[in-house]
Amino acid sequence: MRWQAARLVDRRVETSTAQTLVLEVPGWPAHLPGQHVDIRLTAPDGYQAARSYSLAAPADGDRIEVTVQRVPEGEVSPFLVDGYREGDPVEVRGPIGGWFVWRTQQTDPVLLVAGGSGVVPLMAMIRARRAAGNRTPFRLIYSVRTPADVFYAEELRRRVRDDAGLDVAYVYTREAPDGWRGEPHRLGLADVNNHGWPPALEPSVYVCGPTGFVEAVSDLLVGLGHPARRVRTERFGPTG
Amino acid sequence: MTPGFQGRPRSGAPDLPPGQYLTPDFPVLSAGPTPRVPRDQWEFVISTETGTQHRWSWDEMMALPQETPTVDIHCVTRWSKLGTTWRGVSLDTLLDGVDSAADYALAHCYGGYTTNLPLDDLRDGQAWLVHTFDGADLPAEHGGPARLLVPHLYFWKSAKWARGINLTVEDTPGFWETAGYHDYGDPWREQRYQGD
Ligand SMILES: Cc1cc2nc3c(=O)[nH]c(=O)nc-3n(C[C@H](O)[C@H](O)[C@H](O)COP(=O)(O)OP(=O)(O)OC[C@H]3O[C@@H](n4cnc5c(N)ncnc54)[C@H](O)[C@@H]3O)c2cc1C
Repeated sequence: MRWQAARLVDRRVETSTAQTLVLEVPGWPAHLPGQHVDIRLTAPDGYQAARSYSLAAPADGDRIEVTVQRVPEGEVSPFLVDGYREGDPVEVRGPIGGWFVWRTQQTDPVLLVAGGSGVVPLMAMIRARRAAGNRTPFRLIYSVRTPADVFYAEELRRRVRDDAGLDVAYVYTREAPDGWRGEPHRLGLADVNNHGWPPALEPSVYVCGPTGFVEAVSDLLVGLGHPARRVRTERFGPTG
Repeated sequence: MTPGFQGRPRSGAPDLPPGQYLTPDFPVLSAGPTPRVPRDQWEFVISTETGTQHRWSWDEMMALPQETPTVDIHCVTRWSKLGTTWRGVSLDTLLDGVDSAADYALAHCYGGYTTNLPLDDLRDGQAWLVHTFDGADLPAEHGGPARLLVPHLYFWKSAKWARGINLTVEDTPGFWETAGYHDYGDPWREQRYQGD
């Protein structure tokens, strides 16, 4: 798999700490929702750094999208969010990953569980479902600190309205919006019971987020009786 | 070159494989939920190409000579961790007395994960079945009760929740290898994905 030249053609603000980057990668092959790319930056002295980012949407010709959350003190993500300018080159390779993927031919119900920026590959699945006119029942449980931290907020509202068979439930960990039932809390058994699919429906489950979140949620799901091999996980980076 | 990108100044950075950065924590990366295997139900089985099986219960494994390797580990997701200390049994000890003409090993795990290696990479003091990390029982999220430790290859080859090894005459790609990762995975040659 080769490094390919890419350049930034557009960017969208998602939250105060996250932006979607639209990259043009000439000759980009197709990819599946859930796959990621590696992005590599080269400094003037030749120093290089590369990080993985999930593909946020189906490819639009040679254009791909990633959504990058600024990690305080990070080496790569603050640059991509704050310093990287339209037209400037980076290198990209991918698509990578063949396990944490949803295929539009799948017919089993889908449960998506996102923690923070872990929503990115799951949004790619929601968008691919829409693009394919697929009617598979989808549920997304999205754990997020505050309403202002929700990625793709406006589009998710629209999709829930327009895409039949898609439900989205939010769990707020720090600050809930007015009118939300309940207190801010970490995603727990009741949330999964209320907003997920029971194991008897044999859903495909995709869990993505920080490592601790994925550990906790996948343990919960297995405890509820979901067979471990139906629970696919993607852990974004370091412990904690 | 990407204009404006400086990278983080890395004074005195140690000699890491290309593309790796140092981490002080111990990241967890795996494909599914963490299996929990009680020690009294744990066993480790080496099966040869002729179907002969060699089995160890937990107590039998613990009764074998133990070693305390201190090694550097390199994850394909680019973190490296230096000077990690483990305790466990050398694969040389486990393979001693196993009669096989196989060239390949397919490690398999509780939870269903598999990964392949040339059998030679498990010999000559290069690989261990470890149950202790940093002086404490290996936590389940890091592969406890026991995992392989093959530090000269990317860390996905160090299969967590190890349950056994099938010795085979032909190479059989495992879980990540089938999903696009490199068959061998040498960090110093940056063999991350197929074709590297
Ligand atoms: C398969 C995969 C897909 C990913 N997809 C996305 C994505 O779609 N969007 C996205 O924003 N990120 C994603 N990530 C995480 C991303 O690759 C980087 O780890 C992240 O952008 C931080 O890089 P950095 O260079 O800014 O920080 P670094 O310089 O690597 O780290 C700086 C500090 O932050 C800590 N840190 C690093 N990464 C994280 C993290 N993810 N969470 C918490 N603390 C961290 C480090 O331990 C360190 O202390 C993905 C990771 C993987 C493995």
